[in-house]
Amino acid sequence: MAPILRRVLAALTPSRIAPGCSIRTAPKLGTGVSRAQRQPRALIPILLAVVLAVAACGRASSPRASSPEPSPTASPAFPVTVAAANGPVAIEQRPVRIVSLSPTATEMLFAIDAGSQVIAVDDNSNYPPQAPITKLSGFQPNVEAVAKYAPDLVVISNDIGNLTKSLQALSIPVLLEPAAASLDDTYAQIEQLGAATGHLADAAQLVASMKSQIQQLVASEPTFSHPLTYYHELDQTYYTATSATFIGQVYSLLRLENIADQAKGAASGYPQLSAEYIIKANPDVVFLADTNCCGQSMETVSKRPGWDEITAVRAGAVVALDDDIASRWGPRVVDYIRTIVQALTQLEPMLQSASP
Amino acid sequence: MELTRARLAAGDIKAARLRPRLLMLAVACVLGAGLAGIMVGPVGLPPGAVIRELIDHLPLVHLSSGLSRQDAAILWQLRVPRVALGGLVGAMLAIGGASYQGVFRNPLADPYLLGVAAGAGLGATLAIAYLPHQAAWPVSPLPLAAFVGAVLAVTATYVLGRSALRTRNTGTLILAGVAVASFFTAVQTYVQQLHANDLRQVYSWILGGLNTVGWREVALILPYVAVSGGALVLHRRLLDVMSLGDEEAESLGINPARVRLTVVAAATLGTAAAVAVSGLIGFVGIIVPHTVRLAFGSSYRRVLPLSVAFGAAFLILADLLARTIVSPAELPIGIITAFFGAPFFLIVLRGARRIP
Repeated sequence: MAPILRRVLAALTPSRIAPGCSIRTAPKLGTGVSRAQRQPRALIPILLAVVLAVAACGRASSPRASSPEPSPTASPAFPVTVAAANGPVAIEQRPVRIVSLSPTATEMLFAIDAGSQVIAVDDNSNYPPQAPITKLSGFQPNVEAVAKYAPDLVVISNDIGNLTKSLQALSIPVLLEPAAASLDDTYAQIEQLGAATGHLADAAQLVASMKSQIQQLVASEPTFSHPLTYYHELDQTYYTATSATFIGQVYSLLRLENIADQAKGAASGYPQLSAEYIIKANPDVVFLADTNCCGQSMETVSKRPGWDEITAVRAGAVVALDDDIASRWGPRVVDYIRTIVQALTQLEPMLQSASP
Repeated sequence: MELTRARLAAGDIKAARLRPRLLMLAVACVLGAGLAGIMVGPVGLPPGAVIRELIDHLPLVHLSSGLSRQDAAILWQLRVPRVALGGLVGAMLAIGGASYQGVFRNPLADPYLLGVAAGAGLGATLAIAYLPHQAAWPVSPLPLAAFVGAVLAVTATYVLGRSALRTRNTGTLILAGVAVASFFTAVQTYVQQLHANDLRQVYSWILGGLNTVGWREVALILPYVAVSGGALVLHRRLLDVMSLGDEEAESLGINPARVRLTVVAAATLGTAAAVAVSGLIGFVGIIVPHTVRLAFGSSYRRVLPLSVAFGAAFLILADLLARTIVSPAELPIGIITAFFGAPFFLIVLRGARRIP
């Protein structure tokens, strides 16, 4: 009986959240984020000027292209102080040995052309493919293992086990870039990483391009006779995200209504629903963010008992998402929105007729 | 022992029989729990309509219930199979526990004594970690793997502790069970650590619950529970004789080793099947049989059939709480069986005049 008890107890502690999934379940954003936003906002006019200058120079390379030569020091001279979620971080010179323990930060770093300065990323940083993936863990970080790389900058998304303090004791600057609560947080983090790595211009360009692409995508979304309702599935036990979360805000941008907002426990942002609740709420669209982890698909969902009565399942409006893209707040959020808009466009005739 | 023998010798046979009135009370309990389980859930279905819908499904009766398609799906695809499965699992765990207590003459024996839980846990973990795309399989391999693991673990225990059956020292068999369970748990934990990304799935299986079950699971375990339960109930008189001790049983022409093997095999198969679909649910196998003993006497002619009924009712009610307390989220049912079962058991124990 004892092991069962221990397991029951373990279930009640936060450590139950599995590493692979806690990217999306963990974000309990504190005040750090708003602090993180402030300074970069002040930089925006300057950044815009830089963007225009860069654009005028005719630099056309995509931000994600891997350029072997480090970008010329058109960026502001070091030392620089970056206001991250863990307060102002002073960086003495252009970092060339960056360790990223956050899959999202890894994507951001490569997207702003700082990839060549990154020497190690954590075991979940599977994108872009050229990222130097290692066995370092972002969830059970080992300070010694990180220090072994002699990094001159470490980027993390969770300050687990006081990692920041331990690394600072070794005089290694740490940027805490926690789960974003909004697209603005994402932009702010990209700009912070730009400032910290000497890629301010690339960062500004990326942010501008993301904004315009998202704007276009939102504009191209088909209009429906009534607002569509949706259920965003995080795992097979029906954990989901409300409109208050980063993911939820993306859907709100597309004028979709979340069925989880009225659920008890919605205040956490990541409530668990039950099959009964979902069937009763009868969403128009189901988004599956558990395709990689748990192999869910239109087929498996339609086989669940009772689910064939849900409008979304009857209309075939079950949209498979890439778990990773749907759980990160990096540059690929554009791809995420594109997937949703494309799916809605494709499903429009079915959805218009299936709706009451 | 002397007392027991005296009591039996005195021809206490009439009192030991299961009287029809008692049986009716037990059946009424199961039906009441079942009805409550069907009525209550995260989605409020009107009770009148539910009753009309239930009556409508009786042969030769046609009644319009007024339930919507979604409501009917919730009722027939989710709640009713869930209640049925809860009843089957509860009945199996309770009668399995009662039988183990009988053949081992050990009040602390529970159906997991010989390694069923550890074996099933390892089987399930291996399936989750190493079988890709389970969702796409025509039949989920998870229950099968758990079942095979459970049967293998108990077989290993039996082979290792075989001498126990010759020397009539059941303690050796129990110790072998402890050793095998520890070993299987160690392997399971190791595999789980290697596949940290699957932790959440493993945990949600281990903690037990009926939140994603349907008629398929009911059909899967019904044959096992029926055969095992039937075999165990048929052994009720032999178990009464066994309770006198092996020597006395032998003198009455019974082969204790063979009875023990049959009972252990039947209880293991049934428990393994139950655990395979519901995960590990603790305490039922101890609390229910002992409560029955304290309330209605310790003859197995009563304990076994009544354990079936009260085990079913207990687990249906526990599951009812598991899915309503934090609705629409769910609590692992093991928390409920322990949290409400243990104090209830203590109350019964306190009120009891005699300890069985």
